[in-house]
Amino acid sequence: MNLKRTRLYGMHKKHGGKLIDFGGWELPVQYEGIIKEHHMVRQKAGLFDVSHMGEIIIKGEKAEDFVQYMVTNDVKALKDHQVQYALMCYPDGGVVDDLIIYKFSDQHYLLVVNASNTDKDFDWLKQYSLTFGQLSVENVSNQYSQLALQGPKAEEILQKICDIDLKNLKHFWFNPQARVAGSDCIISRTGYTGEDGFEIYLTEQADVVWEEVLKAGGEDVAPIGLGARDTLRFEAKLPLYGQEIDQDISPLEAGLGFFVKLDTEEDFIGKTALKSQKESGLGRVTVQFEMIGKGIPRSHYKVQKDGIEIGWVTSGAFAPTQGKNIGLAIINREYNQKDSVFDIMIRGKKVPAKINSGIFYKRNQ
Amino acid sequence: MNIPQGLFYSSSHEWIKIEGEKVTLGITDFAQHHLGDIVFVEVPELNSEVNVGDSIAVVESVKAVSEIYSPVSGTIIAVNEELEESPELLNEDPYKNYIAVIEVSNEIETEKLMSAKDYEAYCIEEEKK
Repeated sequence: MNLKRTRLYGMHKKHGGKLIDFGGWELPVQYEGIIKEHHMVRQKAGLFDVSHMGEIIIKGEKAEDFVQYMVTNDVKALKDHQVQYALMCYPDGGVVDDLIIYKFSDQHYLLVVNASNTDKDFDWLKQYSLTFGQLSVENVSNQYSQLALQGPKAEEILQKICDIDLKNLKHFWFNPQARVAGSDCIISRTGYTGEDGFEIYLTEQADVVWEEVLKAGGEDVAPIGLGARDTLRFEAKLPLYGQEIDQDISPLEAGLGFFVKLDTEEDFIGKTALKSQKESGLGRVTVQFEMIGKGIPRSHYKVQKDGIEIGWVTSGAFAPTQGKNIGLAIINREYNQKDSVFDIMIRGKKVPAKINSGIFYKRNQ
Repeated sequence: MNIPQGLFYSSSHEWIKIEGEKVTLGITDFAQHHLGDIVFVEVPELNSEVNVGDSIAVVESVKAVSEIYSPVSGTIIAVNEELEESPELLNEDPYKNYIAVIEVSNEIETEKLMSAKDYEAYCIEEEKK
C-alpha cells in the first residue's frame, strides 16, 4: 500500500524525522527522541505536522441546526470565531468520532476530525445532511495542511512572524484571516498537548511556514514527532479515539460528560441513549491510576480485582513529566473507589495499581 | 552503529559474550536505536532455568514492548538489577550494560549466531525493510 504524505514530507526528511506508517500516513514518530521532545514541549515549544487530520466544511442556511444535531456539545452557545470540543455519537451513544468545531458564522462551520475517521465522518455527516435543506458538506482535508505550535514559548515565537496580536486570541478562539510568514492561514489557540499553543491551518506554503517558525524559535523550538504527541496528550488526560472512546464506549463512560449537553432543548444523535445511561447510572467508568508494582500499563491490558476481570486499560504509559507509570482504565463502576487497588494483567502476571485521580498533568496557568 | 568484535549476535538483535561456561547477554546498539527511549526493563529471575529461544527479559520503549530471547540453554546466575531503576542505561551503552549472565548447560550453538561482520551485513539488510 502506498503511504500518504503531507506537504511537509520533505521537511521531515530534512530534519531527520524517523518516518513510520501512521494509519496509512508516512509521518515522523520522532526526530531526536520521544522523551526529549516531550520535555521540549512542556518546557519551551514544539512544532508538529498534523496535516493528516481531517477538515470538513459545513455551509448553508441551516448549518447551525445541522451541526447542533450531529454533536453532543451546545453549538448554539458558540460565538463567531469560537472553537468547541465535541463528540459525534451513534444513536446508541457510542462514539463516531471526537472533533473540534470552528464557527465562522451560523452558516459556516469547519469540523476538524481524526485522520483515520475522516472518510467515515464525512459519510456520516453527508447522510444526515440530506434532511437539512440546502447544505453543503465538503471534505477539504487534502487542501489543508495543519501545523501545531505548542508549549509555554509558543506565543512568543509565533508572534514574531504573525500579523495578528496573539495576546488577544483567547483559549479556544480563532482568527480566520491571519498571516504567518506571508501566508494566509487560520490560527486557533488550541492543541492536543496540555500546553498553551496554536494550531495553524493553511492551503499553501506549509513548508515555508514550518521553516519560519523553527527559525523564529531558534533554540526554544524543535520539530516534534507523533510519539511525543501521544505521550503529551495522554499525560494531560486528553482522550484518543480508539482507546478512551470508540463505538462501544460512550462519552459519559469515558468521563467526557462535560462535553455532552443533555439539559438543553436541542436534540442530537445519541441524546436519548446518553440520557438514559445517565439516569439509570453508568455501568462502567473511566478511572485514573498509578502503578504500584513494576510495569508499564498498555492499552487493552486487562484489569482484575481479586481475580475477577473488571475492565481494561484504555491508555497507559511511562509519563515523562511525572516520571511514573500511569494509566486510564474503564472499569465496572462498583470498583471505582478512592485509593482502591486493582491488578493490571501484564504478560499474564498481576501487577498492582492504585486509583489516583490527581496523578495526571495539569499546566500551571 | 557500534558492533564490537568478539561477540556473537542473534537475528533478534541480542549479543552474547562467551567466557568458558559463562555467557553474558544484552541487546545490540541496533536494537536500542530502533526501540528508541527505553523506559522499562524486566530482568530474568535469578537461578531460573532457560532454554534456547526462551523469552527471558522484556525491554519496553515509549512505544513498544520487546521480548529478549536467549540463544543458549542454562541457568541465570546474574542479572543487571540496575536496569530496573535506570532502563535508559540500555540506550546509553547497550554493551556495557548487560541484561543477564547465563551458565550454560549444553554446548553453545555458535553456528546459529553471527559474527560482528555478518551481523553488520544483516543490520544493513534490516534497515532496508
